[in-house]
Amino acid sequence: MHEHDVIVVGAGGAGLRAAIAAHEEGADVALVTKLHPVRSHTGAAEGGINAALRDGDDWTDHAYDTMKGSDYLGDAPAIETLCSTSPEEVIQLEHWGMPFSREDDGRVSQRPFGGLSFPRTTYAGAETGHHLLHTMYEQVVKRGIKVYDEFYVSQLAVTDHDDPEDRECHGVVAYDIRSGDVVGFHARNGVVLATGGDGQVYDHTTNAVANTGDGPAMAYRAGAPVEDMEFVQFHPTTLPSTGVLISEGVRGEGGILYNKEGERFMFEYGYANNAGELASRDVVSRAELTEVNEGRGIEDEYVYLDMRHLGDERIVDRLENIIHLAEDFEGVNPLEEPMPVKPGQHYHMGGIETNENGETCISGLYAAGECACVSVHGSNRLGGNALPELIVFGARAGYHAAGRDLGEAQIPTGPSAGTEDETGLDTPVSPGALDSPDEDVAADGAMVDPGAVVESAVERERTRMTEMLENDGRNHAEVRQKLQKAMTENVNVFRREQNLKKALEIIRECREEYQDVAVSDPSRTYNTDLIHTIETRNLIDIAETITLGALARDEFRGAHWREAHQERKDETWLKHTMISWNDGQPKLYYKPVILEGEEKTYEPKVRSY
Amino acid sequence: MSTQVTEQEQEEQETVEEAVEQTEAVGAARAAQVDYGFMEEKAEQEVRDAETTVKLKVFRYDPEVAGKKEPRFDTFTVPFHKGMTVLDALMYARDHYDSSLTFRHSCRQAVCGSDALFVNGRQRLGCKTQLADLDDSEGPPGTVTIEPLPHSDVVKDLVVDMQHFYDQMEAVEPYFQTDEYPKGELEEQRQTRENREKIKMSTRCIWCSACMSSCNIAAGDNEYLGPAAINKAYRFAMDEREGEAQKQRRLEIIEQEHGVWRCQTQFSCTEVCPKDIPLTEHIQELKREAVKSNLKFW
Repeated sequence: MHEHDVIVVGAGGAGLRAAIAAHEEGADVALVTKLHPVRSHTGAAEGGINAALRDGDDWTDHAYDTMKGSDYLGDAPAIETLCSTSPEEVIQLEHWGMPFSREDDGRVSQRPFGGLSFPRTTYAGAETGHHLLHTMYEQVVKRGIKVYDEFYVSQLAVTDHDDPEDRECHGVVAYDIRSGDVVGFHARNGVVLATGGDGQVYDHTTNAVANTGDGPAMAYRAGAPVEDMEFVQFHPTTLPSTGVLISEGVRGEGGILYNKEGERFMFEYGYANNAGELASRDVVSRAELTEVNEGRGIEDEYVYLDMRHLGDERIVDRLENIIHLAEDFEGVNPLEEPMPVKPGQHYHMGGIETNENGETCISGLYAAGECACVSVHGSNRLGGNALPELIVFGARAGYHAAGRDLGEAQIPTGPSAGTEDETGLDTPVSPGALDSPDEDVAADGAMVDPGAVVESAVERERTRMTEMLENDGRNHAEVRQKLQKAMTENVNVFRREQNLKKALEIIRECREEYQDVAVSDPSRTYNTDLIHTIETRNLIDIAETITLGALARDEFRGAHWREAHQERKDETWLKHTMISWNDGQPKLYYKPVILEGEEKTYEPKVRSY
Repeated sequence: MSTQVTEQEQEEQETVEEAVEQTEAVGAARAAQVDYGFMEEKAEQEVRDAETTVKLKVFRYDPEVAGKKEPRFDTFTVPFHKGMTVLDALMYARDHYDSSLTFRHSCRQAVCGSDALFVNGRQRLGCKTQLADLDDSEGPPGTVTIEPLPHSDVVKDLVVDMQHFYDQMEAVEPYFQTDEYPKGELEEQRQTRENREKIKMSTRCIWCSACMSSCNIAAGDNEYLGPAAINKAYRFAMDEREGEAQKQRRLEIIEQEHGVWRCQTQFSCTEVCPKDIPLTEHIQELKREAVKSNLKFW
């Protein structure tokens, strides 16, 4: 068993920042990651990182834009923390050598992005995430922080108290991918989950294949509630054949969207008369699909994104990466022709419920980055706000786990923070009823020895993996593809009650079929078949929470569009959807949105662009 | 209805049977009996319906599994569609025929750097390589040979041990070092646009190790830092924000016995780099810088 003060699971942007912070605080910290850190999906982020750095800009404006962008479902204390802290975090990245794009005076460049009232998106070409990831990994190397790369964390070691708010997390269990050993990691102070996105729930996504929602699924099964899972962001400009992302930077620099008729539809059909292409992502995604649905799409599938008028020089200077992506993955030269684009799954606003210090309701368990929901994005994330979230809340989780006093959190967590139980939700199936007992959360009895809690979790995980390797059954890929297809068809940009119910039925079938999965590869060495099989279970849990939350929320807010409910219902829905895993069943409840910040109280207004 | 089978149909049928036979041979090693269910049926149907198919000849090896201890090649028949990449084809084979087929991959957009492979005798990123581009004539090649990166220890199938590559990358102090920071708390360091442009290509490295695998010198000299690590050193040595003293320190590192002077300018690293980094030029420039700085000491 390995032992450290702080164990960070996942080594993308949030994980690396958390590890650096914990190390600065004097903790013995280790990163445990199923990839190597530089393979993390943060590297695929393109557009930029929002920070109020310039004269004429102010972090309070950034906070206002973020609250409006969230469609008033963000929590003000978290948003104010994000916006007031991101300038110093961005400057720190620069001090660590991050190669930002530069202005003539040598300062870092900023550009306009959707939903922002000031051009505050700091960037490094169209490969900002790549540079951010590598710069932070360099700092991890410099500090000699221990990295366990290619270790797949598959379970948390949490004590077995009835009330999740009494539970404690003492570590994690990981499959050493190279050797095949199942090993325990004991965290003396805390575990920080920074496992990233879960885009593999859908079959058309900008996300990496590794983005399978492992963190949220593990935390959820350990008793930490997940929050606002129905809010899934679809990015308006992804390449149709692969889902590869074409950065919002293209529109930020002046790129134009056209339909089949050659009309600039964002204005022509009144989707966003002021901001046009630079409206918020949810608005642009729906506009594109509406064009396609009304017969003005190209090949009934996509629209055109044109940047030729920007001129070769500007494109090469600021968006060079886009030329390569369009050429390599769609066979289109964007200097000579417009790029075909359509919406694709991109980001999950929801995730593990945390407060602004990164804490979950389980003592010793933290989460940060896309796997978490501290609720800065509410029901829609603004472009350029994911990267500051990673570093701001990654750092806070790391500092807090290592013992720094960050003050009393203003955002309450855990089931006791809920105000309202939702009963009588009309679902066609009883979701989640099937579960094998060995996948239950915690250690036996009321063990208090932390090492024993971890050992016990390791033993259970060894048994589970051995069974998968030795039992006969079906291949996980079939279940995974069925799930992805169902989600894309039924829980996409446009949501209808009957489709959501249909999706729940299929998810239930997938859950039943999953009871029979087996791993065909008998080898312990680098068994990706085993890993993918475990991931598939995580995807089922995530898909179910997305769909349940979506079915219950009968209003139209941010990324969540409902056919029969075409308005935002502030009087009933100004609240977060919470789902917790109780006795093998998801339980749905709600907690209020906090619109009152230290700076100001944010009054919900009509959101127009 | 006629029961006669045309020659073409017969041929197609044989192709499918061949594919299934090959797949079964692979499956013989497994402990658990796994039902590929409709995936396998779907594959058979898709192979039958496809206008064109591609045969993947894939290197297999597993130190633990009886049938795979001796390295061998397996062939998978995959239906071809326009735009299909080597990685797409590998994933298809894995998901439909043999889920023990092992390879690294994640982002499938040429930025995570995990799927560098030896495809038809050359180092390439699987995700970035169109099958159609592997053949001079129009359309997909009949057979594509996929092997793990040469000059690395094979862990299993197409997965190689990356540790030596990581060690070399980390040997060049691959992190920004400067003593001078601006006074103001929220003030960045200034960097000219020209200087940012100068280091731009070097910062694009995704650590895929294709260059290292293609380098004859690295193959013969295990201590040679190799093109990727030297490029990493270049990225910092040429960054004006680090200052002159630090640049000297960096030149000392790359000038060591197994550093830049080992390079024989064969350009193989530059040829295979999926991010078009002019690696050989960067190495030559560092050689010149090293000579210049030594002259200065006299």
